[in-house]
Amino acid sequence: MKIITVRYFAMFREYAGLAEETLELDAATALDVFKLTQNRHGSTEPTGHCKVAINDEMADWSSTISDGDTVLLFPPVAGG
Amino acid sequence: MFGVSNERIDVEQLREEIKNPGSGGVCVFEGWVRNQNEGRTVKRLEYEVYEPLAILEGEKVIAEAMQQFPFLEANCVHRSGLLEIGDCAVWVGVSSPHRDEAFKACRFIIDEIKSRLPIWKKEHYVDGDSGWVNCERCANV
Repeated sequence: MKIITVRYFAMFREYAGLAEETLELDAATALDVFKLTQNRHGSTEPTGHCKVAINDEMADWSSTISDGDTVLLFPPVAGG
Repeated sequence: MFGVSNERIDVEQLREEIKNPGSGGVCVFEGWVRNQNEGRTVKRLEYEVYEPLAILEGEKVIAEAMQQFPFLEANCVHRSGLLEIGDCAVWVGVSSPHRDEAFKACRFIIDEIKSRLPIWKKEHYVDGDSGWVNCERCANV
């Protein structure tokens, strides 16, 4: 188990009802964090158009998660 | 350079900043808030921006444009916060010796900004409803 801080943005923040939480998760990758928090908050957004960052650096869904990391979950972006 | 602003974009100032004695012209794209989207009447828009990464990624986009279409100067600013119909949401300007690089770099920058930066747009409709743009569509893919 790892202690992970998860930050939610835009639609994800509204699903979760909070902007950030620190959780004890059995997660190896960014995708694990995404799925575990989706189950927790009842979100169904597919990863396809979503993005993830770890400790303020853009990452991949397969990126490894370490104890103490901050994982940022970005729903589909819509700039411009 | 790339920036995020919570206040009205000063387009004249941005244009001044990319003047260069070697430039023969400037290509500018201004994105405005329009009152319609996918059949719904929009009252106003709200942009949420995660600034630390938006600025890093925005600078990266401008550097990539410079590599592919060598120009002399470029500026890009994206708004955050609440915007009304007609407000400027994003401004891109590229100055270069010849127009071809300026047009191509400007197009590249706006396209990449829209698809890569952690920026989210919430539309507020006249009927009182609101929704995040892109999310519902992706949920149905």
